[in-house]
This record gives sequence, C-alpha cells and structure tokens, in this order.
Amino acid sequence: MTLAEEAALYNLERVGKRPPLREYLADVWRRRDLTISMAKYRIQASNEENRLGMLWVVLKPTMNALIYGVVFGLLQGDRRPENIVAYIVIGVFLFEFFANAFSQGADSIMRNRALVQTLAFPRMALPLAAVIQQLMNLVPILVVMAAIVLFSGNPITWRWLLIIPLVVLLAMFSTGVALISARLTVHLTDIKEIIPIVTRVLFYTSGVFFSVERILGQFPWLVAIFDFYPLYEFLKLARSAMLPDYAADPVLWPLACGWSVLVLVCGVLFFWQAEERYGRIN
Amino acid sequence: MSETASHRRPVVIADDVHVEYKAHAAGRGLKEGTRKILTPHKALRTVHALKGVTFKAYENESIGIIGSNGSGKSTLMRAIVGLTPTTRGAIYASSRPSMLGVGAALMPKLSGEKNIILGGLALGFSKAEMLEKKDEIIAFAELEKFIDLPMGTYSSGMQARLKFAIAASKQHDILIVDEALAVGDQRFRQRSEARIREMRENAGTVFLVSHSMKSIKDTCSRVIWIERGELRMDGDPAEVVKAYQELRKQ
Repeated sequence: MTLAEEAALYNLERVGKRPPLREYLADVWRRRDLTISMAKYRIQASNEENRLGMLWVVLKPTMNALIYGVVFGLLQGDRRPENIVAYIVIGVFLFEFFANAFSQGADSIMRNRALVQTLAFPRMALPLAAVIQQLMNLVPILVVMAAIVLFSGNPITWRWLLIIPLVVLLAMFSTGVALISARLTVHLTDIKEIIPIVTRVLFYTSGVFFSVERILGQFPWLVAIFDFYPLYEFLKLARSAMLPDYAADPVLWPLACGWSVLVLVCGVLFFWQAEERYGRIN
Repeated sequence: MSETASHRRPVVIADDVHVEYKAHAAGRGLKEGTRKILTPHKALRTVHALKGVTFKAYENESIGIIGSNGSGKSTLMRAIVGLTPTTRGAIYASSRPSMLGVGAALMPKLSGEKNIILGGLALGFSKAEMLEKKDEIIAFAELEKFIDLPMGTYSSGMQARLKFAIAASKQHDILIVDEALAVGDQRFRQRSEARIREMRENAGTVFLVSHSMKSIKDTCSRVIWIERGELRMDGDPAEVVKAYQELRKQ
C-alpha cells in the first residue's frame, strides 16, 4: 500500500489543497469579520500617526484635484470642459479610488507575506481587505465631492443617488483588477514597479480632466471607441448623475455593468487558481 | 514500522516531501555564467530545503523535531500546516494542523485590545467569540493597565506575552509548537510553559520544534532528526538525541 492510499484509507486530506470554488467562496464569506477588521484597523493605524488623521483621506485628493484643475484648466484654454471644477473633482476622486485599490491590492499578498506564512485563511481576504479599506475611505471623499459639486453651482437632484450603484460597479471592477494584479505580483515582483506607470497611462487616457468630445472632436470614431473604455464609462456616468451639463447615453449603464461583472469574475477565478501558490514567495 | 504501529490511526502522513525555493542570488555569489536581464533564471538559485522526507505521525504522539540551524525544520513545519506548498510529494492530515503563532497578524500602532480582536479573527474565531475571550486573554498576558496603549509602545517582553496569550487561546487537534515560545520573564515563562503543556495534552498530536534537548526528552514520545533537508533518524527520543549530540560534538 502506498502512503497516498493509506492516507485515503484513513480519510486524511492533502494539506493546503485548494478547495473547490464554491467552498472557497463560502470560506471567504465566513471569514468576513477578519477581512473587514483588517481594512478598518489598517485605516485606524495609518491615521494614528498624523495629527490631522482622517482629514488627510480627503485632503489628499482635494489637493490633487486642485493642482490638476489649475494646470490642465490653464493648458486646455477654451477646450477645457464646462463646469471644470466639478468635472475634475469627480474625475480625480473616483479615479484615485480605483488607482489606490489597484496598487494596494497588487501589493496585498507581498506586503503580508509573514501573515501568509503563519496563518491559514483564504488568501483572497488580503486583496479584498485592501479594496474595502479604500471603499471605507471613499465615504468621506464622496461627501466632500458632493459638497464641492454643490458649491460650484450644481443643484442637488434625485439623479445624484445614481452615484451609489455607480460606486458599487466601480468597486466590483476595482476588486477584479486588484485580484488579478495581486496574483501577478506574486509570480513576478517586478509588476509592482510597473503599476504606477500603468496607472498614470490610465489617468491620462480616461478623461479624468479633459472632455473626450472636445479634445478628439475631429475623430468621431475614436470618441465612439471611448464609450467601451470602462474607466471612462464610470466617470462619464458619474458626471451625468451629478452635473446638469453632462448627459450619458443610457446604454453606458449595461456596458459598465458588463465590464464590472466580467472583470470581477475573471479576477476571482484567476486569484483562486493560484491559492496554493501564495505561501511560497520567492 | 513496529507491529503496534500498524493498528494505530495515522493523523499526519508526509509522503516524500520535497520543497524547493528559488531565491535571487546576489550578483557576486553567482557560480558561473553571465548575467543577462532577459535570462533571469541565471540569477535565481534553487535552494533544495527538503529532499524527500517521509514519516507517519499517529494519534496522541508528541513528536520532537531536531536538527541544526538551516536543516529544514521550519520548512517542514510550514509544509505540514500547508503554508509552504510542496514541490513534489504530499502531506496528508486528518484536520488542518496549526502553528502556534499570531504575531504577523497584529498591527503595532493599534492598542493591545484591538490587536487581541484582530489576532483572534486571524486565528479563526468570530468577533463575538473574541469579545467574550478578550478579558481572559488580557488577564493571562497581565496587561490590564496597558491594554489601551498602542502595542508598539510595549516592551518586547510585553509584546511577546500578548502574542503568546492570543495564540494560546485556541485549541488545536494537530498542533505545531516552534521553539522558544515560552516567553517573558521567569515567572511568565513558567506560566507559558504550563500553558503549552496543557495545550499539548489537549491536542491530539503535537510537533515540538526545539533546540533544547532537555525539553525534547522531557516531553516527546518520539523524535525526528532532520539534517540538510533529509530525515536522518526517527525513533526513541533518548537514542536520537544521543546520536544527534554525538554528531554535533565532532
């Protein structure tokens, strides 16, 4: 009798075996307290250091928006978008949520390698905690965003509520991206160095501070392609929800849903497939 | 294996376990060849940490693991708990083995109290269970007065006490105790040793990794000696320890 047969005889299971997907996801759900606490406590720990604490969460994107607003507002001259303050604030705030979830998620396994090597829990908790952390930070950011939009002369309407499903979709999309990049970073550490560059390319292409219609007006086919660019879709939908000057084709909603679900499902599958691998960090 | 062994129920089976790491070697240490960016495997050195370890552990055994530094003891333990995947071979177990340790889950900037909750959640308790256990853990760690302060402000002994108290709050079927877990000053050391003993008695099967031959001989019913990634000897504690010490004298 081989040892493997003997193990089967006594109902011993191979240690560290990747569970089937349903079981794995049930496990992730069962450990949600851990995931949420890691996110919450990490925010508290990072606020502990600074005098202004939680205030930095909103100060940083506000300052960034201010800088981009001044620089690109001047550079674009009369091609700058209408209602530029609110336009750029919505773009920068939501984009930074995505960018932070992306970079923190990518680093989540490597940053916690000591934890991964001592305790057993579904590893998906780590990138999820990174995204949840950004999502918790997003709440005060959205409040500030609403205030800025309001003070720059845009009335509150019921349409503002559309920002909630939009954030849900954006979070799903960001989670998928975080899961994919978390696994890739484990395989190849160098990925971490490329992420800021990828983020910057996405930043400059997704219409955070410029209006695609105005800048690329002479290439209508290019403008049409932009409608299939997920980050651009999210920003466009957010602006159509909060700013009266901007309208988005309603077809963008199902498109954004499609992207979010697709990227999330791919991310979950891709991350789960390497579950056994994360303990061995070269 | 002896006759009696075949009637006992194995709880952990290590079947020809190999573990290889790929480590990026520092430039000068490279043995031969040129370094090129596009052939990165040249800068990767494979460390063969375990080279085919096979053994069976039975119910209610207390197994000591000995070996010199870098012999692969910790790698073997991490493979048993399933944290380090095996390159070849497999490890089978009746329930998921656990390591006694929680330090990596904690955050130094947070208070001791929050760290107790976080550590407990990482061990697999629910939040409600942890709120219940919290006071007991604080009392065991003797940190009542400091529990609101950030863990980073604790002395290293206090931190070690807190970590031990959290880790020891969970009961395990298959338990792995790494060396030097008994921590703190003399008095706490005695209490933590007593606690480890209690946990060992309640656990079905225990692996004890230690450099202290005395504690191995005192507590283990069997000893496995790992040397350079291979199983050198497996059997009666007195015999194995004697052989090990003789080799070390040379």
